[in-house]
Amino acid sequence: MTDAAAPHEKVMPESEAAPPDPTLGIEARPELHKVGMICFLVSEASFFSTLIMAYVIFLRHGSETGPTPAQVFTLPLVLVNTAALILSSFTVHFAEKALHAGKTAAFRLLWLATIVLGTGFLVGTMYEWNELIHTHGLTIGVNMFGSTYYTLVGFHAFHVTIGVISLAAVLLVSLRGELRGAHPMPVTLVGWYWHFVDVVWVFVFLVVYVVGR
Amino acid sequence: MATAEIEPTPAPAASPPPWTATLHEWLVTVDHKKIGVLYVLMAVVFLFLGGAAAIAMRLQLWAPGLTLVPPITFNQFFTLHGTTMVFFVGMPILIGIANYAVPLQIGARDMAFPRMNAFGFWTTFFGALLVYFSFLVPGGPPAIGWFAYAPLTENSFARGPGVDCWALGLIVSGIGTTTGGINFIATILCMRCPGMTLRKVPFFVWVMFWTSIQIVVVMPPLTAALTMLEFDRQLGAHFFDTQAGGSAYLWQHLFWFFGHPEVYILVLPAFGMISEVVPVFSRKVLFGYEFMAAATAAIVFISLGVWAHHMFSVGMSRTLDLFFVAATMLVSVPTGIKLFNWLATVYGGKLVLKSPMLFALGFLSMFVIGGLTGVILACAPIDFQVTDTYFVVAHFHWVLIGGTLFGVFSAIHYWYPKVTGRMLSERLAKWQFWLFLIGFIVTFAPMHFAGILGMPRRIYTYGSDRPWEIWNQIATIGALIQAPSYLIFGYNLVVSLWKGDVAGDDPWDAWTLEWATTSPPPPYNFAVVPVVKSRRPLWDAKHPDDPDWKYE
Repeated sequence: MTDAAAPHEKVMPESEAAPPDPTLGIEARPELHKVGMICFLVSEASFFSTLIMAYVIFLRHGSETGPTPAQVFTLPLVLVNTAALILSSFTVHFAEKALHAGKTAAFRLLWLATIVLGTGFLVGTMYEWNELIHTHGLTIGVNMFGSTYYTLVGFHAFHVTIGVISLAAVLLVSLRGELRGAHPMPVTLVGWYWHFVDVVWVFVFLVVYVVGR
Repeated sequence: MATAEIEPTPAPAASPPPWTATLHEWLVTVDHKKIGVLYVLMAVVFLFLGGAAAIAMRLQLWAPGLTLVPPITFNQFFTLHGTTMVFFVGMPILIGIANYAVPLQIGARDMAFPRMNAFGFWTTFFGALLVYFSFLVPGGPPAIGWFAYAPLTENSFARGPGVDCWALGLIVSGIGTTTGGINFIATILCMRCPGMTLRKVPFFVWVMFWTSIQIVVVMPPLTAALTMLEFDRQLGAHFFDTQAGGSAYLWQHLFWFFGHPEVYILVLPAFGMISEVVPVFSRKVLFGYEFMAAATAAIVFISLGVWAHHMFSVGMSRTLDLFFVAATMLVSVPTGIKLFNWLATVYGGKLVLKSPMLFALGFLSMFVIGGLTGVILACAPIDFQVTDTYFVVAHFHWVLIGGTLFGVFSAIHYWYPKVTGRMLSERLAKWQFWLFLIGFIVTFAPMHFAGILGMPRRIYTYGSDRPWEIWNQIATIGALIQAPSYLIFGYNLVVSLWKGDVAGDDPWDAWTLEWATTSPPPPYNFAVVPVVKSRRPLWDAKHPDDPDWKYE
């Protein structure tokens, strides 16, 4: 075996003295994190597509027992919720713009507004579910509508919760003065995640509350 | 996640570090090489577990009416065998080898996200443990088959928590696999060394890129489907509960939307490994690199639209049947392109018949047979006749062993010297190869006949009035020929660590960057970041008078 090895034992020049830079190729490439985030969001999109598809399928083939979407949805509350979430996409966008322009105070204010709007959405969902469960008796086990509705909307709300926690973490870092530069990566990436959660909601809203009613 | 830790260089100590220190180092490592080795070790352990279940089933089927393995245990064994081989052997061993090789091949220091890499391994590992934890719960392991058709998985039919262990284990390990896919994409897109454009990456890297895209797209639907299943079982939802308006058909679509691309996730990396080994041991460049690259992408796209060929017999519609027949036929075209390109690479080469090449040639000859039975099964009318028979079992074992496992053995024999600094014993490797090849053919060829004669898969025994006994006996003999080949493999892996010949940096006179560094490579991989100008940077370095970049 070693016969093949002989001619080319050391094929590339190597300097034993050169200390390898531990961050080489990692810190130096900001786009790395963006690529990772895009891949993550693609996988999330794939996940939500599956849930939305399941919802649509059972719209047509669901069972007849228990409440139906038309009987239980209260549009005003949902519309307020939807408006809050869409508005929060704008606040997060302008927060980033403010940070790029160096206006830290405006950034923090708009970022906080995003957190408040996101939390408002969750509180709204809580009210909605409370009404669905206690007034209309719609639970996850009562019929196919309940099964698909709580799974889809619940997973979305779970993602909003993760988003609010991430937003709060970034705000905390900013308040401690540890957010450096005009384009800090956490702000960009959490911003993307938040936009993604909003876009998913637009689809959920259209499928569940508009088409599905 | 910014900086990857570099282990502080240990002071030259008189005695070796205590074993606890070594263990600690391996448990907390974020180094892609160590994580790659952990993946492969995990897969080898589960290979033996899954293999033990297979041997037990083969012994039970030796003759009609045996009672060696009781029916329920038999069902649990084939469920665990399938789940283990697909999720805890196939994927970890491929991801592990890629984890080791990809950063080295592209001249990077590590994967893009080293900590997420460690996270991916540990979630995969604990997911596997969670599935095996089902041995300790009331009712024991799940008895649902690896594709777990509803409503067999619902509370009414699977009462014990075995199915929950199975579903949660796959969710957990699936998340790990997804992070692995994300990591590979980011690594391959962003971490390549100067000069290595995407058109110049080693072919294995290109294949891992596309495999990762597939992982990122198809693992989440499986996670979603398993979550729905758990909601059914634990929260009282009805997704797959046919008695309350749920749909068993939906589970089939969701599972196979994952399940069919999954078989490409299992075989594409093996294509990449073969594409590294065949040129080096034929002493030629890979024939038709561009066509191979395009064929890889084509396979990934087309394979996302063929899943329902697993479902011809549920009675979809004629239109859907025709669509999936056509799509499945279509996916064999790029696969055929690849096969002819490998043959063209071998053709006219100065073949070096060392162990990696033996396994690669085994791959080329066996995979094509598995591919052909695949095309046969893609015809819906034939599928109606032989679906859920041993013909199907023969087909996919021919692809997953004849394809994936031969490719993996080829890759392990190829890269073992790089990983350990020692050569595997050629003598043992040849014993392993011939026992494996012969045992494999003797095991699975008769299953085609048993299947055509109507033997259903997953039966724990059969009547003596059936014409299946002789085929089962040949298959069992084949399994007993195969079994020692795995033991020889394991023995070779361990013993060569101490007894193997010292490998040197480049034992195969190869051309990709991993052979430019030491064997085993230092934690930082390359002391000087390499700069490449062609697809074979080491050829350029060894032949400055006639470098590749003049011609590419």
